[in-house]
Amino acid sequence: MTATVSETRQAFDEAPVVLRLDNIRKSFGDAHVLNGISFDIHQHEVVALLGPSGSGKSTLMKCVNLLEQVDDGQIWLNGTDITDPRADQDAIRARIGVVFQQFNLFPHMSVIRNVTLAARKVHHWSKDRAEARALELLDRIGMRAKAGAYPDQLSGGQQQRVAIARALMTNPELLLLDEITSALDPMLVGEVLDMVSELKEQGTTILMATHEMSFAHDAADRIVLLRRGVIAENGTPREVMDESRNPETREFFSHFRS
Amino acid sequence: MSLPSPSPVAGAASVSDVELDRRAWRRKRQLRSVAISMLSTVVLALVVVVGLQMSPGWPHVKETFFSAEYFAKCFPEVLDGLWLNLRILIVAVIGVAILATLIALIRTSRNPVMFPLRVIAAVYTTVMRGIPMIVLLYLIGFGIPGLGLFGRIDPAILGTIAIVLGYAAYVAEVLRAGFNDVHPSQRASARSLGLTAGQTTWLVVIPQALRKVTPALMNDFISMQKDVGLISVLGAVDAVRAAQIEVASSYNFTPYVVASLLFILMSVPFILLSDWYSERLRRREQSGGVV
Repeated sequence: MTATVSETRQAFDEAPVVLRLDNIRKSFGDAHVLNGISFDIHQHEVVALLGPSGSGKSTLMKCVNLLEQVDDGQIWLNGTDITDPRADQDAIRARIGVVFQQFNLFPHMSVIRNVTLAARKVHHWSKDRAEARALELLDRIGMRAKAGAYPDQLSGGQQQRVAIARALMTNPELLLLDEITSALDPMLVGEVLDMVSELKEQGTTILMATHEMSFAHDAADRIVLLRRGVIAENGTPREVMDESRNPETREFFSHFRS
Repeated sequence: MSLPSPSPVAGAASVSDVELDRRAWRRKRQLRSVAISMLSTVVLALVVVVGLQMSPGWPHVKETFFSAEYFAKCFPEVLDGLWLNLRILIVAVIGVAILATLIALIRTSRNPVMFPLRVIAAVYTTVMRGIPMIVLLYLIGFGIPGLGLFGRIDPAILGTIAIVLGYAAYVAEVLRAGFNDVHPSQRASARSLGLTAGQTTWLVVIPQALRKVTPALMNDFISMQKDVGLISVLGAVDAVRAAQIEVASSYNFTPYVVASLLFILMSVPFILLSDWYSERLRRREQSGGVV
């Protein structure tokens, strides 16, 4: 297994590190899912996490979000070791925005309540402040008219956009997007990806696991390719997707070039 | 595609002959089913009425159970007793809601620290669901005063405690099914927003679980409504006990019929509510289908 770590791009090296993964390991029984993953994400950087099914993408995302406990190694979020069991896990989760493959909106709450929930209950914003911010976000994604609607009344793409708004509500330090277009039909993928591009323009720091290769190629600043629980490639989309000499990497991306 | 109502929405002129034929056929079928159901109802009613009239003891039974005179005489006392049942019911519902939620939360928790509590809760629900309600009433109603710790306690209060303890076990199991039915991704999603475990349970899991099990809870509620009549065995003068007192002095059973009638009347609004809610759920989940 060759772990070709290419040089990261100059522009982001200057920016502060938002997320640092240091030798992350995670097993489920005999299955060693993550075997020592280390990389940094700098401020305003968009990193795409790629890899075949079972390569450990989802597990890694869950570890970063503290939905899974790491077996070894450390994760730092803007200088806080979030793997330290003494840290306030709820407070850390509140600093990271997460969007899931299946949207996971709360079906018993209207759109506006979904979006304002964390601001009201976790960050203790006033109702007026939370609703003003939520309406501004919904306006930006063209969903203001649907503020009173319930998730079941929305299309998959609309639900996912609301889920992104919910994750962005309190300006998280890092946004995790876990295969957010995988459950959408092709017609609706575009509207969600457009929204991600817009977030990138605004300087949001993003780690996204995705199967949208062409989107990763165009939107990501850096590609981290996982293979059997280790980093196989780490570089710019050009370096990893177009210029890699590794036969397995070339094989992987060949499936997506048509 | 709505089956029973042949409503020409886009204007009758645009409907094809095939559709007109289908509608005529459906109308005919519908008329036939209505006719069959009416006929069978009439036949059944006739069988019952004739059967009763033909039985040699009917005049006697009629006088013993359905006497208008005793009906009028005992009605005020029994109604008075029902007021006690209603008050007990209200208190018991609140008690059951709190206790059952606690038990269900304990039983669905996965925290290792809760293990002893989980065992206790499992034993509790098993024992309480197995024990006949009347035995539980005797145990609490005569056992607790027998301990001699608290002085005299109103049998209505002891009866309420027994009802709460018994029904909480049933309701806890219904709620547990509801909690387990809320997909784990909902919990993950709430926790990833920074909500605490408690907030997640209160704001996300419980509201969704309740929605799923409302019909089952309504059923338990209706069954509880009549079981509050069982506290009469402890001597509290509720509707059933009031009827019993009347019966004891006359040997006419009409007061029991009065009590039953009042219990039925009390449950009707909730049965209608429950049916309406179940129907609404069914329609929402079965959008568009005709089967």
